[in-house]
Amino acid sequence: MKAIETKELTKRFGTFTAVDHISFEVEEGEIFGFLGANGAGKTTAMRMLSGLSTPTSGEAVVAGFNVYSEAEQIKQHIGYMSQKFSLYGDLKVWENIRLFGGIYGLPEKKLREKTDELLQTLGLESERNTLVDSLPLGWKQKLAFSVAIIHEPNIVFLDEPTGGVDPVTRRQFWELIYEASARGITVFVTTHYMDEAEYCNRVSIMVDGRIEALDEPAELKRQFQAADMNGVFQALARKATRGE
Amino acid sequence: MKQFASFIRKEFYHIFRDIRTMLIMLVMPIILIILFGYAITTEIKSVPFAVLDRSRDEVTTRLTDRIGASEYFNLYKLLDSEEEAQDLFRQGKVRLVVVFPPQYASSPDAAIQLLADATDPNEATQLTGYATAIITAAKTDAIVQTMPIGIIPVVHLLYNPLMKGAYNFVPGVMGLILILICAMMTSVGIVREKEMGTMEILLVSPMKPVYIILAKAVPYLLLSMVNITTILLLSYFLLEVPIMGSLFSLVMVTVLYIIVSLCLGLLISTVADTQQAAMLISGMALMLPVMLLSGMMFPIENMPKLLQWLSNIVPAKWYIIAVKDIMIKGLSITSVLKETGILILMAFVLIAISVKRFKIRL
Repeated sequence: MKAIETKELTKRFGTFTAVDHISFEVEEGEIFGFLGANGAGKTTAMRMLSGLSTPTSGEAVVAGFNVYSEAEQIKQHIGYMSQKFSLYGDLKVWENIRLFGGIYGLPEKKLREKTDELLQTLGLESERNTLVDSLPLGWKQKLAFSVAIIHEPNIVFLDEPTGGVDPVTRRQFWELIYEASARGITVFVTTHYMDEAEYCNRVSIMVDGRIEALDEPAELKRQFQAADMNGVFQALARKATRGE
Repeated sequence: MKQFASFIRKEFYHIFRDIRTMLIMLVMPIILIILFGYAITTEIKSVPFAVLDRSRDEVTTRLTDRIGASEYFNLYKLLDSEEEAQDLFRQGKVRLVVVFPPQYASSPDAAIQLLADATDPNEATQLTGYATAIITAAKTDAIVQTMPIGIIPVVHLLYNPLMKGAYNFVPGVMGLILILICAMMTSVGIVREKEMGTMEILLVSPMKPVYIILAKAVPYLLLSMVNITTILLLSYFLLEVPIMGSLFSLVMVTVLYIIVSLCLGLLISTVADTQQAAMLISGMALMLPVMLLSGMMFPIENMPKLLQWLSNIVPAKWYIIAVKDIMIKGLSITSVLKETGILILMAFVLIAISVKRFKIRL
């Protein structure tokens, strides 16, 4: 079974076609990079796949469930971390963990184990009772990611998860992503940072609502005769007619 | 159910950790009650008055004493001339002057002149009314003593014999506080989640949107009940406003009004995109009408037709009428069927609109 399968997936807002007949597949356990300039339709596509918005036409199956008829089951099997901050700043670290564990219906005992394990992995044991607001941004993002996969989803959607932090912190964040992927969690990630694109197993690049390229980073570089992913992106983004 | 419980717990954390919210929730009702109870009062109490007595006989002295002895007036001075009265008015020393004509005792039908400071016309009307009442009462007493036959008018003020302002504003403050807490707080709470981006996280979670909304509403409903209890206790023990009707009916009507307020908050949250906008809309669209159009401060009957008509869509108006009927007049819930019916109707309309809008927006 594929983690995600879409066929001619389309979303229109009035006369504006935000996502224009996109078709792609994501393998289980894969780290799939979803790239595109601002306004290319990444977020809209991601919202359709995570059940936040209904497609205008086309097909999509996420974790084996149809986005039209089985949106509720999809919600049980995915995790989501948005570009805006996804935790509650006025709640303590452990309270956030418990809240989201509770929302996803984790039993009390499991939740306690998970909390300890998670805090240990992140090295946040001493910050258990700290308000999330007072943590540094990099830590918040790592915590938000760990909370997004606390219920061991099949797929986790990350919408520009590392905005605003330095490359070293980003690298640390990606180590968490690799760990999750090694455990079999499929990672679907949008990003602006081309160094992050290099970390993905496969990358798709959206331009004006369509997927213009989809392959492994190395293959894309060869195809576009570019030294790095930035070169690939520039070559494609130049074709864009849509502004921000 | 476990989801729901952990979500409600989260809402309480939000409330208890925000000092501003806590202040609004718990301190404001007390401050409002005390403000309206002691400072902003329309009651007439110990108003200084002067007497220009051109007659100086037994009857006028007795009348003067009688007015001064009432809790509404305090005798400031006995005057010798009209100029003196003018001066006292100008200096703001007195707000009422009683002028007795010469030989009043021998001509009991002679008119007594009442001079009042009409810069505040409402107050002037009230002052002259009170003074007239006292003088009439004194005269009838005198008549009873001298001539036993005759028609004696006896004025009875129903439900609020002491003409206490508290009887009017306690229901008003309840209407104000509830709409403020339920509507403003709920709308700001929901909009904050939208603004912070956490609403998206909640919507991709298996938690049903209706539970998200309900979980937001439950803490405010509970805290409103706490507030109502505080207000009722304060008004009962501090301001001595009795609860004549059944407490149960009062609570039922209040819960209904809280539900209407929560729906209003939900509606606002679907319109506003930022917390400030939600605040502003709540302030303009809820607080002002409650203060001005609910009959809490200004009698609706005296308003222009358009405003009278507008006041009908202010939920607080109906709530305040119902509370007054139950609490002050001691009527049963069956006599406020019209008001409760209107509130139920409002709740349904608001729920319908906001549920529709909520789906479109998210």
